[in-house]
Amino acid sequence: MSRLGEKRSRSLNIGEKIIEGLLLASAFASVAILSMIFLFLFREGIPTFSEILPEEFFLGTIWQVQAVEPRYGILPLLAGSALVTTGAMIIAIPLSLMCAVYIAEVAHPLLKEVTKPFVELLAGIPSVVYGFVALTVLADITHQLTGSVHRLNALNGALILAVMVAPTIISIAEDAITSVPKEFREAAYALGADKWETTSKVVFPSGLSGIMIAIMLGLGRAIGETMAVLMATGNAPLLTFDILSSVQTMTAVIAIEMGEVTFGSTHFHALFAIGLVLLVITFFVNLAAEVLLRKFRSVRY
Amino acid sequence: MNSRKFKAHLAFALIRASAAIVIGVACLLLYYLFANGFKVLSWSFMMESPSQGMTAGGIFPAIFGTAYLMTLTLLFALPMGIASAVYFSEYVGAKRSGLAVIMRSATSMLAGVPSIVYGLLGLGLFVLSIRFGFSLLSASLTLSFLTLPVIIAASEEALRSVPLSYREAAFALGATRWQTIKHTVIPYATPGIMTACILALSRAAGETAPILLTGAAYYLPRLPTSIFDQFMALPFHIFALTTQSVNPVKTRPIQFGTVLVLILLILGMNLVAITIRTHYRRKMRA
Repeated sequence: MSRLGEKRSRSLNIGEKIIEGLLLASAFASVAILSMIFLFLFREGIPTFSEILPEEFFLGTIWQVQAVEPRYGILPLLAGSALVTTGAMIIAIPLSLMCAVYIAEVAHPLLKEVTKPFVELLAGIPSVVYGFVALTVLADITHQLTGSVHRLNALNGALILAVMVAPTIISIAEDAITSVPKEFREAAYALGADKWETTSKVVFPSGLSGIMIAIMLGLGRAIGETMAVLMATGNAPLLTFDILSSVQTMTAVIAIEMGEVTFGSTHFHALFAIGLVLLVITFFVNLAAEVLLRKFRSVRY
Repeated sequence: MNSRKFKAHLAFALIRASAAIVIGVACLLLYYLFANGFKVLSWSFMMESPSQGMTAGGIFPAIFGTAYLMTLTLLFALPMGIASAVYFSEYVGAKRSGLAVIMRSATSMLAGVPSIVYGLLGLGLFVLSIRFGFSLLSASLTLSFLTLPVIIAASEEALRSVPLSYREAAFALGATRWQTIKHTVIPYATPGIMTACILALSRAAGETAPILLTGAAYYLPRLPTSIFDQFMALPFHIFALTTQSVNPVKTRPIQFGTVLVLILLILGMNLVAITIRTHYRRKMRA
């Protein structure tokens, strides 16, 4: 190679290194953003505990910020989130999984071509629209059917949340079921199993880790959902496990009260602390999904 | 034998029934929104400002605000998202170095962070610490953080679907790694990346909680002129009219109209994305 060529290749090399460095820096953005989320929630949330005892915050049964002596107990909010999310998952999981089995195993290929994109489009509808539906029409239906005292209640929130997370669960679970190799089914048929036995004893168990991921991601979405539950549940921070009562979730309290809070006040810091609790909960749910995903990938056929 | 058959019949009947319930509920919901929305939808509804204390007129400022917000969000999220995806797909690949594992985990963790938490970050970081205030800039930066993991994941998938032989051919011709990426990999993956960005953006368009904390306003007498101004936006408009206004029943038609415009915007973006994908898939096969 001539001198000139050598020089050129060296400068090319430097250029390559610079570009790789820039790309690496961009890829590092995710780490930076995640760190900043934790940093800011800690920085703004931790000062809460210089004014409120941790046990008063975590075990307090009253959230009442407007009172002369404000109370910052988050148990009612935790209970609200738990009630609405559990209700939603009880409704959504069986329906979504059966719907996923239908699309993957039962539906005519042509019908599958239509339903799959339809479900994905549903997953794209914004939560505020679901909240709007819950507030304007679903609330009347549940109110009349159950004769509940509160028009907006936890059941209403659970129902709309179930409708919201179903597309997510269906879409991912359907992928998991479809990705079970054809040979598994053929082997089951060869052993004399009928379609239902094959589906329930071979296909479904084989796709189980993928199905679990679908459920965990749906759960994560349900816990973190803000607008739909905010508009559907009535926003009364009552410590109750009555599904027909108005409740308030952790997400909703942040969204509503952040607008009227004095920046830097105890109330302000308490809302960030709730955000921190919320982040930790969703973090563990997603971690579980991630661990499952790893396991799923390592046993892929 | 008979009980076996009965069991299978019952099971599949249940499965069909639940599929019917899910699809049926979805259709009812869409029908409710479309039927009520189309009654209000008109050119003037989309092109006029609200009047008579928000109880009449159109929603132009909200459409304008959402469009402005989406443009800025794309501007911030796109370069960083694609650069990250290129790094993950072309430089890290299947390697399992410590740093790569951390970066990958961080990206998938980000995808699971609730949108309201992004709102808190935006409020703490952009609005209060950097002092961008409640503004288009704060909100779009927050939304770009939120869309970043979506763009990265989908762009990486697009880049990975480029056949290895293309890269090998470029290397064989003496191209460096970056030249290969720039002239071979990225052009081939462009439709996939575009699809990814449109889908990410359609998600950002409907987000309410993050912009609630970073700069969306209930009513503004004039359009935002700079990125430091507050703004009106479609999803926030729906929320504000239904829950915060004086007479939510009177403005119900406007709410339905706004919902329909938002849904049409999002469905439209999704359709464009799907069209691009199928068009290029066909072209690649040919």
